[in-house]
Amino acid sequence: MTRTLITIPPNITRGEIIGIRVLIQHPMETGYRRGSDGAMLARNLIRRFNCEFAGDDKKRTVIFNANLHAAIAANPYVSFSFRVDSPGALFFNWVGDNGFTHVETRALALRA
Amino acid sequence: MNQVILFFMALLMFTTAFAADTRQSGYSQMRPETRALQDDDTQNPAMLWVEEGRSLWSKNAANGKSCADCHGEASKSMRGVAARYPQFSSAVKRPVNLAQQINICRTTKQNNTAIPLDDQTLLSLESYVAHQSRGLPISPPTDKRLNAANRLGEKLFHQRIGQLDLSCKDCHTDNAGKSLAGNIIPEAHPTGYPLYRLEWQSVGGLQRRLRNCMVGVRAEPYPAGSAEMVALEVYLAARARGMKMESPAVRP
Repeated sequence: MTRTLITIPPNITRGEIIGIRVLIQHPMETGYRRGSDGAMLARNLIRRFNCEFAGDDKKRTVIFNANLHAAIAANPYVSFSFRVDSPGALFFNWVGDNGFTHVETRALALRA
Repeated sequence: MNQVILFFMALLMFTTAFAADTRQSGYSQMRPETRALQDDDTQNPAMLWVEEGRSLWSKNAANGKSCADCHGEASKSMRGVAARYPQFSSAVKRPVNLAQQINICRTTKQNNTAIPLDDQTLLSLESYVAHQSRGLPISPPTDKRLNAANRLGEKLFHQRIGQLDLSCKDCHTDNAGKSLAGNIIPEAHPTGYPLYRLEWQSVGGLQRRLRNCMVGVRAEPYPAGSAEMVALEVYLAARARGMKMESPAVRP
């Protein structure tokens, strides 16, 4: 199973700009390396990451997206910021080679 | 006059008492970027392994037993445990490291198969257990049954090996702090294992690191889990006694 670490700060106030940190366990094999037997290791990359936000109206909007390439380290770490105007939910999607997909969801509550 | 002499003697004793420990963890020689990676659990990739270990801790084996069934809450029962390994195991009558002890638990208590030392599952469990000792001093047991292993480890540490004819001591004691191909040679204190090594792009144990050095001096490494490898671990733990555990650390 793919493991992720998603860090969203607590006690968010309306209109606050928050930093979201996302780490996912993935080998990010470049496809340019050889194994100990001399055979090429098949490319296995995460190609795309995006984060969507759905507020009160449940409509999803992409708030961040990134294309990932062979030069990005294993277990890629992405950090981005987002201004929270309403409570809602965040959807994190990773798509990669060999049909790799991973989805995580986090609720985004505002401080009362 | 006597008072002045006494004062200086006291000052000398005071300074030597505090200057006595000059040992340094590899952490202190890292670049600020790599330190930041270790210091922040939300960025430290090794935490992925710790989290995996956390879920394995309470996962039942085929016989219905999980680690938690015997050991309970790891934050209490496993606190300081990793700092005391390697230990002498009465079950197998030889010194074992933490990973081997986890395997002994698996085979005897969980009726499960042993996993190879470099396996991700074992590394995850080991990381999770070692994480509970973070910040505690390395405190190897004063067990007489470990003495033989400690002596063997010390001998191996000082023994020249490989085509390059180097011993551990040649680099890590005599030339620690100097540069080797652009890297600073650390003093070889096992303070943060299992750790995330940027070179590996993964978490690995101390024996993998030892194997790296042995291959580096073009020697044939001892097999994983062999008596020699564990003996080196015993000696390194004794050598780093009192230093703070950083598990899971990040190293370049």
